[in-house]
Amino acid sequence: MNFEYTVSGDDYSLAGRASSDIKKKLKQLGIPATVIKKTAISMYEAEINMVIHADGGIIKVTLDPRHIRIILKDTGPGIPDLELAMQEGWSTASEEARELGFGAGMGLMNIQRNSDGLHIDTVVGEGTTVTIVLNMED
Amino acid sequence: MEQNYFHSVTLDESLCKGCTVCIKGCPTEAIRVQKGRAWITAERCIDCGECIRTCPSGAKKAISDPLSLLEKFDINIAIPAPTLYGQFSSGISCNRILTALKGIGFDDVYEVAAAAEILSRETRNWLKIQKEKKPQISSSCPVVVRLIESRFPSLLDQVVPMISPMELSARIVREKYKNSSARVGVFFISPCAAKVTDIKTPRGIESSSVDAVLGIKDIYKELSQAVGHVETEESLSIANSIGVSWARTDGEGSAVYSENHISVDGIDHVIDVLENLENGHIRNVDFVEMMSCPGGCVGGPLSVENPYIARNIISSRERVLQQAAEEKPVELPEGICLFWTEELESRTTHRLDPDYRKAMQMMEEMERIQASLPGLDCGACGAPTCKALAEDIVRGKTTETDCVFMLREKIRDLTREMIELESRMPPGLDR
Ligand SMILES: Nc1ncnc2c1ncn2[C@@H]1O[C@H](COP(=O)(O)OP(=O)(O)OP(=O)(O)O)[C@@H](O)[C@H]1O
Ligand code: SF4
Ligand SMILES: [Mg+2]
Repeated sequence: MNFEYTVSGDDYSLAGRASSDIKKKLKQLGIPATVIKKTAISMYEAEINMVIHADGGIIKVTLDPRHIRIILKDTGPGIPDLELAMQEGWSTASEEARELGFGAGMGLMNIQRNSDGLHIDTVVGEGTTVTIVLNMED
Repeated sequence: MEQNYFHSVTLDESLCKGCTVCIKGCPTEAIRVQKGRAWITAERCIDCGECIRTCPSGAKKAISDPLSLLEKFDINIAIPAPTLYGQFSSGISCNRILTALKGIGFDDVYEVAAAAEILSRETRNWLKIQKEKKPQISSSCPVVVRLIESRFPSLLDQVVPMISPMELSARIVREKYKNSSARVGVFFISPCAAKVTDIKTPRGIESSSVDAVLGIKDIYKELSQAVGHVETEESLSIANSIGVSWARTDGEGSAVYSENHISVDGIDHVIDVLENLENGHIRNVDFVEMMSCPGGCVGGPLSVENPYIARNIISSRERVLQQAAEEKPVELPEGICLFWTEELESRTTHRLDPDYRKAMQMMEEMERIQASLPGLDCGACGAPTCKALAEDIVRGKTTETDCVFMLREKIRDLTREMIELESRMPPGLDR
């Protein structure tokens, strides 16, 4: 089953809506709470990144009997040094984003820690595609 | 899982007009309007009382126990919630209010505010040893605990596993009378509807030590008369400002003295913060106080005074207590356990089907139906949103024609078909 969300890049207050919606669906499907939490954290971090670092984008979520696959595609600035970006504490977040409690440089780390698979495709000037995979069973 | 779904929050059918105001405000989407009246789904109701606040016809009620229950016991002890102190102007002393409780039939009192002080201290100690599961979420509001069980089960292991001030008060009373052969009745004097439910189907403990819950509003008239008739105030109050502050938002949060806490009141805000906790967005916080009612327990559905005024009264009592000589700490009597003995359960009240594949099929169907609905969330079908109607349809509870727009379309199709049929002639006449 597939779900698609368009994420706006200019309204911070709406950021996280897609993750909340998926979370609700997983609860309706009776997915274990631990898996829901991991999914919620990973997807939320990636969705927020898409809003604060790129200009929004498209999220596709695919559920099959064994996996949850989340693909977040943006056409933002891309990440010049992925290894650096993955490091805890590294952040290029704007002052505005920091004021809202983002920009600790924890997001990508958190995704890595909470997901069962993370793949980032990024080209400077073209955009970033983040693929997150979670196993349905804990 | 409990078979018996008792709820304090109920509907008075005779007053319900079948308007759809309540369905929108229900945080668990537990209400539907069908056959001209509202129906509350018992499995989903968490007794928050939002529908009581929004119903324009006063058809939603919170049931509590009658004062006549006092007759069942030999000794009756009142354990008043700190909120009771917010229902009388601050010129009326706590001692006077407690003495008045004795005037309406109680033999003794123990203030829940005193137990709250003990729990503030113990929670503070608990937080010190909780390095892993942060932030810890307060368990004192029964609505919040039930909300987490049904909508945020992934946060269950962050709920502080301690009994409530009400429960602790009752245990202290029981301890005091443990050698008495008399039948001792413990009555919680409550602003809270959920507590009425909580003593019957408690969480975290096997059974409650409280015998009955009396709504403040139900005894208010008698009590305020008794307050007027008090001749000599007995010195009954032992509570300090910390315990009294639990009546309002941020009372408990400040009382546990955590370095970093947030205090949330009102069910919508509670849900919003729980969402954020689940997403991991709330970091560097070690304690979250959550109160379902606006303003905290002073906004409880069984209280009488306006919550803002009550809150102001509570604050001024706190100031007076702080200024009065030294506050003598309330002691925890020996032999009383403060911790939960039962695990909280995840209550999958929103799950479509226990079989994942079946649930998946139902969800696909739901998406299809939802796409065909107008998306206006008008409520005319009796469900809070188009999405909720789609869910009801796949659950087999109702059909698409509950939607007035779908019904109109059906009628239009039928009309078209009728006109078409009308234009046909019997073959013998058709030239
Ligand atoms: N979609 C994206 N487009 C462009 N740059 C990104 C994107 N996602 C992450 N980055 C870059 O990677 C850095 C690290 O991201 P990460 O999510 O770990 O931390 P953060 O977003 O800065 O802070 P936090 O997630 O703690 O709020 C970001 O500061 C940004 O420079
Ligand atoms: S805030 Fe207080 S009165 Fe309201 S539901 Fe929670 S415990 Fe009860
Ligand atoms: Mg980030």
